[in-house]
Parts: sequence; structure tokens; C-alpha cells
Amino acid sequence: MIESYLKGFEQLASNGGSAAPDWARSLRLSAITRFEALGFPTTKNEDWHFTSVAPIAEREFDLLAPPAHRVTAAQLEPLTFGATDWHTLVFVNGRYDASLSSTKGLPDGVTLVPLTRAYEELPLLVEQYLGKVAAYEGQTFTALNTAFLDDGAVLHVGREVEVARPIHLLFVSDPSAGAGTSQPHNLIVLDRSAKATVIESYAGLGDGAYFTNVVTEVVVGDGATLTHLKLQRESAQAYHVGTVDVRQARDSHLVQFSFATGAALSRTNIYTELRGEGCGATLNGLYLGDGEQHIDHQTRIEHVEPNCYSREHYKGILDGSAHGVFNGKVFVHPAAQKTDGKQTNNTLLLSEKAQIDTKPQLEIFADDVKCTHGATVGRLDETSLFYMKSRGIDARTARELLTYAFAADVLETIEQVEVREALEAATLQRYTEH
Amino acid sequence: MLEIKNLHATAGDKEILRGIDLTVNAGEVHAVMGPNGSGKSTLAQVLAGHPAYEVTAGTVTYEGEDLLAMDPEVRAQQGIFLAFQYPVEIPGVSNAYFLRAAYNEIRKARGEEEIDPMSFADLMDERMKLVEMDPAMLSRSVNTGFSGGEKKRNEILQMAVLEPKLAVLDETDSGLDIDALRIVANGVNSLKRPDNATIVVTHYQRLLNYIVPDFVHVLAGGRIVRSGGKELALELEEKGYDWLLEGAVA
Ligand SMILES: Nc1ncnc2c1ncn2[C@@H]1O[C@H](COP(=O)(O)OP(=O)(O)OP(=O)(O)O)[C@@H](O)[C@H]1O
Ligand SMILES: [Mg+2]
Repeated sequence: MIESYLKGFEQLASNGGSAAPDWARSLRLSAITRFEALGFPTTKNEDWHFTSVAPIAEREFDLLAPPAHRVTAAQLEPLTFGATDWHTLVFVNGRYDASLSSTKGLPDGVTLVPLTRAYEELPLLVEQYLGKVAAYEGQTFTALNTAFLDDGAVLHVGREVEVARPIHLLFVSDPSAGAGTSQPHNLIVLDRSAKATVIESYAGLGDGAYFTNVVTEVVVGDGATLTHLKLQRESAQAYHVGTVDVRQARDSHLVQFSFATGAALSRTNIYTELRGEGCGATLNGLYLGDGEQHIDHQTRIEHVEPNCYSREHYKGILDGSAHGVFNGKVFVHPAAQKTDGKQTNNTLLLSEKAQIDTKPQLEIFADDVKCTHGATVGRLDETSLFYMKSRGIDARTARELLTYAFAADVLETIEQVEVREALEAATLQRYTEH
Repeated sequence: MLEIKNLHATAGDKEILRGIDLTVNAGEVHAVMGPNGSGKSTLAQVLAGHPAYEVTAGTVTYEGEDLLAMDPEVRAQQGIFLAFQYPVEIPGVSNAYFLRAAYNEIRKARGEEEIDPMSFADLMDERMKLVEMDPAMLSRSVNTGFSGGEKKRNEILQMAVLEPKLAVLDETDSGLDIDALRIVANGVNSLKRPDNATIVVTHYQRLLNYIVPDFVHVLAGGRIVRSGGKELALELEEKGYDWLLEGAVA
């Protein structure tokens, strides 16, 4: 309910919201005003046509309280990919936890700090970009998040700096002291010709109907390359709305992957704007749903300038009564000649009741472009099943293997090896007996 | 080894096989030829147990047992292998994983232990040489993005690994250049043993120069309209099928 957020906003504003500068306070103020005016979207809203946010809108969420017991490093182990030398910021219930984080070994020219510290260490950068890349004017959840702007990760990679090891932003929710919401806000800025891999993980450490609403603003400078992975593995009763909003400059590359398997209701928005010539954007994803889960992805690629390409491949496997949504928007602006865009969405339905609403949306205002899209929804391919059986593989193993293979086909596009292997192993385990 | 009697099969309401009789003994090579659409692939697929085809009459006995009562995977486990005319692409399953899974299933059916990955790698090395296949193909997804010829070679690799008792090669020669044809034929020949048998479906006499058949059968309109020795293939090469067809088209 809107009122509970307005009340929460008053509280945050009055206790100072951890030493934010004036511009951040006024940003929050205008965001809460927008949020109040917009209200929660209904299914009459085109962007929310297949997803009712009533379960979120009808509940009251206070900000998540700290967990009943301190979260330990051991609890995080299943979420850290066996890596010991990554640069990691950990947030527990939306709050930065220094004791679980490690940024040692970061190359010169790289700053990785929680937002509260970024106000001091990178004052100009945060003022320049926060709330500017991810427009909240028309977006309820972004407005809500911006109104509660208080913590999150800020990464700045300077000119021509290459960060060799992955940067892991790990957001865990432990609702042991009561369900509530966290509203993390991240900012990632890569300067000219910089290169980095950022993994954003969202996971639950206990069950409860908590609500994560995150916004990540990303700026990829001239000739820079960002590999970005968003992994949504929230608890089964949780709600998750996540927006990654990217702005790409000339000759920059974005390689993004969204993996979504948790939460009762989730919506992931991946938006990128190709604002310079010679950019490339690869947006891939995998959603795995079961039970009553609702998993929604909306992607938007804005081809603003000429000679850019975008590649998009989303796949999903839905079982039980799970409901998937994929809405892939590609806008080619009048100036964006020679745009080369390809979008594919394939969903495998394992049960009668599972369903997917898939909606490719290409709007092309330039005449010399090559854009294709395709979507398939189906069951396991009988011809492939027969082929496997004809080699002696029993029917059940053949089904399991094919189901896994369906997912592996897109997981194998993840270049970051630890993440790829972990997701492959988890997916294999999920769909096979052994 | 295999005895087909009066086999009738349909797909949907179309009758494709209309009374096939064919006996194959251990150690024999049979060639099946015939015009496009005559039912050659259908016969091969029915032997492998493809669910799209319904057997409406007749029997197939394999090693004394009712083949038609067996599920496709059981047939394979009992030693039947079909090299597909159009091998299937399976994105996401690596060739190596697929082959090892199949190999282990077949061993399991024979009451043998699963092979360990090291020994399997050795076996693969050896068998890949037989069909002169690039080891890099092993880590790629099954048939995915393979050229026509690579797919056919991959079928023979599978055959070489699984060592069937009865192999049915459905136009494995189509789409192969002359070198690949020789490689594939050598592969097939070197796997030949007195206790196994091969049925080769082909349109071309040239394959039969390499894989020499004991019998040649002509399939037309869903029936075997003529059987003979290897010289029948030469005669077909020369005269085509027309002279055989009159009686077949009912
Ligand atoms: N699943 C199916 N459903 C409907 N018709 C089928 C099916 N499979 C085969 N047919 C038809 O049955 C006939 C025989 O097909 P089949 O593939 O067995 O021929 P073939 O002798 O192998 O031909 P080719 O030499 O071209 O490979 C054809 O007319 C074909 O269209
Ligand atoms: Mg055929």
C-alpha cells in the first residue's frame, strides 16, 4: 500500500538517511512525489499487462530490519561460486556489511564502495549520474526505489583500467526479524576503454514474503566493455523487482545475462540505450519456474545511433502452474541506420498448466536496418527424444537430458566460468534424478 | 537374426509399407534401393521404433524375439542401430556426453559396469581415428551446426562406439564427397564381424563398390519388388527403376 511507503519515507527523511547530501535528499523527495502520483501499475498498463503486482501493492512493507542473528560467511558460501579472490560487496537486508565484504586487490583507478561512502569518495560522479540514468518519472518501482535511496554499491572503473577478477555485489535477505523491503540502488560507471565483469546476486537466507526492489544504473563509456550478470535466486515467497538501466557510449559493449529462478513474483527489467556508433549489446537470459511462480522479464534496447548491433536470446523452462512473461522491446531510432538486431525467445513448457506470454516488440524508424525476432513455445522435441532413445538412452534420461540441454544452450553463453559452471550444475541437478 | 514378415505400416492414415518380407542373417550385408518415397526410410524407422509409424499388420522377429513389442531404447540396447538419413541436432548436449550416456546404457543392458571417463576417452580416440573425425567435434553439441557430411560421419562414429549387432544405414552415403565416402565405408567394413549384419539403404551403386552387399532389394510402393545379388545394383544403375515398377504400383 502506498501509505505505508509514504510513512516509511517520512521516517527515513527525518532520521537523515545516513548522511546524504542535499541533492540526494531532494532527489528522494521528488521521487516519492512521483511514486505517490503514479501509484502501482495495473494490468491495464501496457508494460504490466501480463503481470499483476497486486500481491506487492496490497501488502505493507516496512524497511527490512536487521536479521535476528548476524549473517555469517558460511551462510554465504553457497552463493559465492567457490571464489576467494573476487571483489565482493555484501548487503544484508539492504545494508552494506563490511565484515562480509572484501575489496582487496582492486587495481588502481577502481573505486568500489557502498553508496554512503561514495558520497564522500566520488561526490561528483554520484551527483552526475544517480537518478539520471534510470528515469523514475514513468516507472513506479524505480520512483519507489529512488525515494528510498540510501544504500547500494557504487563502482567506478577509470580510463583504460581492466578489472581482471569479477566484482560480486551480493544482496541477501534474511527475514528472520520479520518480512519487509529492501531498496538497494547501485551505480556502475566504466570510463573510456575500461573493462569489468560485475555479478549482481539476489538471494534469500530464509523464507518470508520480503520484497526486494533494486535499481542499477550503468554507464559504459567510449570503447568500454561491461559484462554484467544478474542472478535472481530469492526465497520462494519473496517478491523481486529489479531494473538494470544502461547507457552505452560509442564503441562500447555490454554483455548482459539475467538468470531468474527465485521469488513468488519477480519482474526483471533490462534496459540499454546505445547512444554512440559502433556499440554492441548482448542480452541473454534464462528463467526457470515451477509451482505458482510468476517470472517476468522486460527488455528494452534503444538503438539511437547507426552501426550498432544487439543480440538477445532468452530461454525459459516452466513447470507446475508457473507463469512466465517475456516482453522484448527493440526501438530503432530514425538515425540508427545499419542497425543489426536479433531477438529470440524460446520457452519450454513441462506441464499442462505452465504458461508463457511472450511479446516481441520491434519498432523501427530507420530504413536501412536488419532486425529479426522469433519466439517459440513448446514441449520437448519428439524427434530429439526418439534420436536419443534410438541410441539406447531410456525415455526418462532422454527427457532429463533434453530439458537440461535446452537451458545449457543459453547458459553456455556465459563467459564467466565459475558462474557458468555453477548455474549449469544447479540446472542439471534440478532437472535430473541424480 | 532379423525376420520381417508381411510388414504393413502407416503414418497418420497413409499406408506406406504394404507387405514387406525380408530375412537378414548374421554376417550378411543387405542393400535396399528404390525410388524416392518408396518407403525405405520408413522401413528403417519402423525397425528402430519411431512412434510416428503404426504397424498395422505383420511381424518382425529379432534374435527370436518380437521386435515390435520393444521400446526404441530397448531395441538399441539389444543391438539395433539406425544411422539416420537426417541426423538430429541436439543443442546443449555435447557429443561426448551423449555418446558416453548411450554407451553406458547399452553396457548396463548387457549387465556390464559403466565405463570410467578415462577408458572412454581412450575408446573414443581409437574410434574417432576410424572415421577420421576431428576430436574437436566431441565437445560440440550433437550434430549442431555440423555440415551434412560431418553429421553422417558422426552417425558412423556412434555406430563404431556402440558396436551394434544389426546396423541400418539410411543413405549414409548421400551428401558425402568421395573421400568421406571411402572413410565411412572403411569404417563400416572394419566393424563387420561374422555375428553382426548390416542393411544399407542407398541410391547409389558407388557405395556398394566399397560395402559389398550379399543381397540387393528394390523397394517400390511399400513392397520389395525384386531381390537379387550385388549385380542387381549394377543393373539398376544402368536401367533405372521403371522396368521393375509396373507390377508394384497397385
Ligand atoms: N511421418 C510421416 N507422415 C506422413 N507421411 C510420411 C511420413 N513419413 C513418411 N511419409 C511418406 O511416406 C512415403 C515414404 O517415405 P520414406 O521417407 O520412407 O521414403 P524413402 O524411400 O526413404 O525416400 P527417399 O529416397 O526420398 O529418402 C513418402 O511419400 C513420405 O512422404
Ligand atoms: Mg529416405
